[in-house]
Amino acid sequence: MIQFELNGKKVEKLLDPDLILIWVLRDQFGLTGTKFGCGEGVCGACTVIIDDEPVRSCQLPVSEVAGKKVLTVEGLEQNEILHPLQKAFIDHDALQCGFCTPGMIMNAYGLLIKNPAPSAKEIQQGMENNLCRCGAHGRIMTAVESASKDMKGGK
Amino acid sequence: MKAAKSDRTANTALKANPGLKRRSFFKLMGGGVIVFFSTWDPLEIMAISAGKKEDQKPDFNAFIRIDENGMVNAFTGKIEMGQGPVTSLVQEVAEELDVRFDQVKLVMGDTDLCPWDDGTWGSTSTRFFGQVFRAAAAEAREILLKLGSEALKVPVDRLEIKDGVITDKTDKNKKVTYGQLAKGKKIEKYLDKKPELKKPADFKIMGKSHYRHDARLKVTGQAKYSGDFHPEGMLYARILRPPAYGARLVSANTSEAEKLPGIRVVRDGDLVAVLHEFRDKVDEAIVKVKGEFSIDEMKVDDKTVFSFMLNSGAKGNTVDQAGDLAKGRSLASKFFSNQYDGSYVAHAPMETHTALAYMEGDRVILHASTQTPYPARDEVAAALKIPPEKVRVIVPFVGGGFGGKSANEQMVEAARLTKLAGKPIMLIWTRKEEFFYDHLRPAAVVKIDSGIDENGRITMWDYHVYFAGDRGADTYYNVPNRRTTAYDEDASIPRVHPFATGPWRAPGNSNNTFSRESQIEIMAAAAGMDPVDFRLKNLTDEKLIAVLKATAGLFGWTPAKGPSGRGYGIAMGTDAGTAVAVIAEVKVSKETGHVQVVRVASAQDMGLCVNPQGTIIQMEGCIIMGLGYALSEEVMFRGRKMNTQSLYSYELPRFSWIPKIDTLILDRQNEPPQGGGEPAIICMGGAIANAIFDATGARLYQMPMTPERVLKALQKT
Repeated sequence: MIQFELNGKKVEKLLDPDLILIWVLRDQFGLTGTKFGCGEGVCGACTVIIDDEPVRSCQLPVSEVAGKKVLTVEGLEQNEILHPLQKAFIDHDALQCGFCTPGMIMNAYGLLIKNPAPSAKEIQQGMENNLCRCGAHGRIMTAVESASKDMKGGK
Repeated sequence: MKAAKSDRTANTALKANPGLKRRSFFKLMGGGVIVFFSTWDPLEIMAISAGKKEDQKPDFNAFIRIDENGMVNAFTGKIEMGQGPVTSLVQEVAEELDVRFDQVKLVMGDTDLCPWDDGTWGSTSTRFFGQVFRAAAAEAREILLKLGSEALKVPVDRLEIKDGVITDKTDKNKKVTYGQLAKGKKIEKYLDKKPELKKPADFKIMGKSHYRHDARLKVTGQAKYSGDFHPEGMLYARILRPPAYGARLVSANTSEAEKLPGIRVVRDGDLVAVLHEFRDKVDEAIVKVKGEFSIDEMKVDDKTVFSFMLNSGAKGNTVDQAGDLAKGRSLASKFFSNQYDGSYVAHAPMETHTALAYMEGDRVILHASTQTPYPARDEVAAALKIPPEKVRVIVPFVGGGFGGKSANEQMVEAARLTKLAGKPIMLIWTRKEEFFYDHLRPAAVVKIDSGIDENGRITMWDYHVYFAGDRGADTYYNVPNRRTTAYDEDASIPRVHPFATGPWRAPGNSNNTFSRESQIEIMAAAAGMDPVDFRLKNLTDEKLIAVLKATAGLFGWTPAKGPSGRGYGIAMGTDAGTAVAVIAEVKVSKETGHVQVVRVASAQDMGLCVNPQGTIIQMEGCIIMGLGYALSEEVMFRGRKMNTQSLYSYELPRFSWIPKIDTLILDRQNEPPQGGGEPAIICMGGAIANAIFDATGARLYQMPMTPERVLKALQKT
């Protein structure tokens, strides 16, 4: 039996502890916003937040999250109000195919926890290892910067 | 406007189209006002090259339905993979029907519901499909206007329409909605000629910027892609793969895998797969399956491929010729002969090829990431030896395609497996499979002989393109004595490509534009002329002249002959009917050979632009994706074994690469619309090569322009 907190709710499930987190989230909890892009921890499409840290969920056995807090893209919206990052991605048209988008948003979320007011250079460095093939990079950086400004004093 | 055709004729046409059974369609759709139209007009049919003419003959194979709630349901076989028709097609329908953007519901890429369609490629969604979509919407508006006139007992010319409400201009209390008119009715109209479309001056929705229609779904994780469905009893599959492309399975030992708890092994000839409820378990099991393969070897690798191609024995096909090359040569005072190479490049969409397949009675249903739902349906049907109507393909959001998802092997595999296993099968290719089975942008060689006279006029141009294809191989410049020869694979020569190849965003054009535009700036430098002046001296095409001047203005170009040390490079060309120019500024590290693109300006003439915002995003996407094929992307291989297997080694453009980008769409709203998803990418290789030369005096003749190759070129300066 593995217990952890998922998007603010306590969950427990009888699971093979070796199952990889991404597939547990997608198949056991129906949280398909977390995307499989490479399975090697390179692309970042599967990024989720574990205890405030952005983590590649395709590289992590579910046993590692026992007793921890897991946040996926589905957990960002509160009472139908979008998180400032989600809103900023919409406002800056910072996506095309959208497949990298949840991972981008979750990675940015982790970045802003550590550094609530990052410079453009710090955003670029912080997002560097998340891949986008459509070429939305410039707009993503603008969206993260704009969200960081919106969030100041917010939380 | 009379556009109706007799029911009988239309019915015959529909019967001929396996994509749409009219009776079952009405059962599915219920009543309302429905306008049928053909997605191709006869002139466009003639322009389509031979091959699938039967399927492409004009049919009433598309439709718009106004339902009893006044919602406009617009059906299209096109799919959304990031390029934006989910927004622009809605704008087109809403504009012509005088409804709000949110009153249109677009149904895309479902072979049971949507009209037959050849596929989403070639920047055709707006250029061709959008035009007839608009016409059908305009026709629907006419029909509704007449119905409104009858219902209100007011002549048509006294009526106006806004947001789907028809109102008497002289008495605003007299009004009726589209929904009220459609209620309880079943009106079918068949459009066989184009009604008059709205003039750009009257546009309220088209020509205005709209942000992505699907953004909220995508930022919340609610947008469904093919891998996001999970029917009861679904099993994940992994398939035994050969070590080399084209290798044939001799024998397979599955006994170790079979010992694993819960693992099912299925086999059908060459197809050996492991199945399990959990993805992790099939990943563990597949490595325990041992296969023996016979390899069909080829003596070629990523280094030797270019000479291999030149010695292939392929016969040239003259695609353009004018004047007399010998005369052109005699007029030249300077002569240039160069070879340009380009490597195999992968599509590498973030979503790998994915298909969910399951049985519904005797039908196979697939939710799949494909750009070509109808051709894919036919492929699956052929593989299973069942009629096409026994297969339904539904395309949800697609996580990037770029041409690569016009190939659908994963769908055939998933369909075969679901038949074998009797369970829903989810097949999500691994990243390694995605590289291995990608229909790569072909490696290609271009050889150009050219000459200029003492005034800097190009007197001759002899252009040979090997295996890129001739898209973008036209001379464009005003050269009196010229020839373009294309060499392609055919049955008379041994196999050239060790892997599958196929269309990659603006197929062929990136190689052709890199080669042509490099040669142009080599000649400009030899003539001691500014590259803009040199081009203008040799251009008569007004569209190209306009985009060159506009891009130079946007960039803030000041004349200088190259190499100026500034690191500025230009490339221009046309693709999908759009003229485009790019100017790039680079910084080159002479120590490491690393090239940083600092700034890019691009202007394009694409005729009528339906959604400027969507177009700008596509231009930015082209510019950023283009950095990859120009600087880093190269599939490595020896024989038919592919060494590129991961995004670790196959480097895509990252955040730190991104230049400052300025884009401009020339105002051409009264011209026919042209392509927007591909053009700007064609210029990136050429603009960067020319910018490296301008910065350092070093000339790169091979893409990608990796640090190693840049250092090598620097040593020669």
